[in-house]
Amino acid sequence: MERQLLSGDEAVALAALHAGVSLGTGYPGTPSTEILEAFSELGGRAQWAPNEKVALEVGLGAAFANARTLVTMKHVGLNVAADPLFTAAYTGVVGALIVVTADDPGMSSSQNEQDNRRYAVAAGLPCLEPSDSQESYDFFFRAVEISERWQLPVLFRMTTRVCHSKSIVVAREGAMAAPPAIHFEHDIGGRVMIPANARPAHRRLRAKLAEIAAWGEGPEAADLNRVEPGDRSVGIVTSGVSYLHAAEAAPTASFLKIGLVNPLPIERARAFAAGVERTVVIEEGDPVIADALRAAGIAVESKAEMYRFGELDVSRARRILAGDATPEPATPRGKPPELCPACPYHTVYATLQKHDCIVAGDIGCYTLGVLPPYKAMDTCVAMGASIGVGLGLRHVLPEAEARRVVSVIGDSTFVHSGISGLVEMAYNPPSTGHVVLILDNGTTAMTGQQEHPATGRTLEHLPTGKLSIEGLATAIGIGSVTVIDPYADPDGFERLLLERLASSELSVIVARRPCVLAAADIRKWEQQAAELRAQAPTQAAFDLPLEER
Amino acid sequence: MTSQPAGRASSHGTAGHGAAGHGAVTNVVLAGLGGQGVIKASDILADAALRAGFDVKKSEVHGMSQRGGSVTSDVRFGGKVLSPMVPRGEADFLVVLAASEVEVTRPLLRPGGVVLGPDLVPDADLPNKRSLNVALLGALSHYLDMPAEAMLDAVKAALPERLHDVNERAFVLGRSLGARADRPRP
Repeated sequence: MERQLLSGDEAVALAALHAGVSLGTGYPGTPSTEILEAFSELGGRAQWAPNEKVALEVGLGAAFANARTLVTMKHVGLNVAADPLFTAAYTGVVGALIVVTADDPGMSSSQNEQDNRRYAVAAGLPCLEPSDSQESYDFFFRAVEISERWQLPVLFRMTTRVCHSKSIVVAREGAMAAPPAIHFEHDIGGRVMIPANARPAHRRLRAKLAEIAAWGEGPEAADLNRVEPGDRSVGIVTSGVSYLHAAEAAPTASFLKIGLVNPLPIERARAFAAGVERTVVIEEGDPVIADALRAAGIAVESKAEMYRFGELDVSRARRILAGDATPEPATPRGKPPELCPACPYHTVYATLQKHDCIVAGDIGCYTLGVLPPYKAMDTCVAMGASIGVGLGLRHVLPEAEARRVVSVIGDSTFVHSGISGLVEMAYNPPSTGHVVLILDNGTTAMTGQQEHPATGRTLEHLPTGKLSIEGLATAIGIGSVTVIDPYADPDGFERLLLERLASSELSVIVARRPCVLAAADIRKWEQQAAELRAQAPTQAAFDLPLEER
Repeated sequence: MTSQPAGRASSHGTAGHGAAGHGAVTNVVLAGLGGQGVIKASDILADAALRAGFDVKKSEVHGMSQRGGSVTSDVRFGGKVLSPMVPRGEADFLVVLAASEVEVTRPLLRPGGVVLGPDLVPDADLPNKRSLNVALLGALSHYLDMPAEAMLDAVKAALPERLHDVNERAFVLGRSLGARADRPRP
């Protein structure tokens, strides 16, 4: 059988294709972004949603219609999607709904290192966690089986090392049983979560989880919750990539390798612990497994608090096994990232710095404006938060300071979750007005130049409906909306910013200039779109097979 | 030409866990700055190991590293590879594309490990400056117990045809310079 070297993300995409997934949707976010890109390249139907909440809702609708569906996001994206997630656990699905949450222990490219296994516990959803690319591939089929058998969404928890490491994958020979026929059946009691329906739905959910828990203890799930007998002096309970670090650190130990991290195989763990002299839990992030086993009365050793922070590796696994909590050697620090030399936003940050603005910032490449030489960002918390935080500052600061407050947000981030901030601005305007600076570089640059609704192109870079940021701002009721190229006209940009800061009018400045890394591709896609329109000025273009478009 | 690097036999093996097979694992860390082709080089090396029949894993962190910051990528191959990350102090080889990154990454190297830095390949001799990554892979290939053809095939598979010639020349140049690699002083 063919051996392929795939990242965990690519392995999930390949599995989704082989499992007959009808639709993949999500929002770009490191380390999850490549899943949908790879799924699309393999010929799957993949699309970017404006944010993770919408993606999950689209996926849920598809799964209500009996389709197999994949929704992808990074860990913090699940916060955005949490509202539908918790109640989707009640409604359940009839097709399969696999929600990939890609966690980022160590924060290689994130604002926090939350452990989303907690979400599985809180929402009451089964959660699978692969260790490498082969398991990412294999477990995806298991996730589909669990989702269809118990009619529940399944959380598929990956981490940066699993998503981005490449390892060998051998694909399965036979295809998975054909996906069920896609159709809709009314189920008002099951899907309309008014309290009268939600109360029994909650009980149904808990009954399903109890069944899955019992299943997870048994032989049918032995590939997921695997016992590897070894030296009886030490037994290691582990999951995800930590398993590989631990297996290298203690090659002769006994292992309970947990793939179904919710509900946990408590009795299997109890029996495992009873058969070894000491049981050590080696897990990245929060002590989720260790706490649950201890709550069940199983005596396990957990890692020292210092290992909650950052990724684990072989050295740390050795230290955990040795109970070593002495300070670790300092990690050498390389060169930090920076704004690209030709980034159009150097002039923006130079101007903000020059006038000592109080900058409520947001998430994207442009967050790098916080670094020297500019240090021109004062807050960065969550996607879209720049607008609300800027408004809060404006509301309470003395006028002289309030007039220096600017919210800075990128185009993709604005579409993701800045729009409701702008609605708030029109609804509850500060007395000094406010200035929202939308840095529109025509792409989701930070995650590798993905499309979004305001680029007017789909995930596959094909023309589609285009959101007008300035049109939207005007429609919301913002009095002053200006589009400017800050790179071509830095002096004009500075004059405009000062004028808007002095005014008490609500202002949106769209600073528009394509990302230098994406500009050539954007020109190519625009030309392609123009040719398409010339050849087939109707919907016909969209009916062409992909390779002919 | 398949010379054995000094000390390769002492590479940190990871075999023996569970039903895994046996065989020493070779640990390579590639380093440089965003945009230099570090990830491309590690993709090529990992693909070469796959072609040569090894188990192989490769790991790096994407994301912020795209913005000109430090980039490192770990490639491990052998009979059976477990962790995707080269443990600190266990790298057999450091392949470094930017002079600024040599000292930053040196703590990753095992005692007696080999550093292949950018000074190994004079700029003037490179057929194209963008080929430094492939030239250093050529230098590395001098030390690896892996057919040079597997590496060259992987180079070609990773690059468009118009770049094959220039990169093949860079690879051959690097291979000939490989023996001059920096050895850590005792």
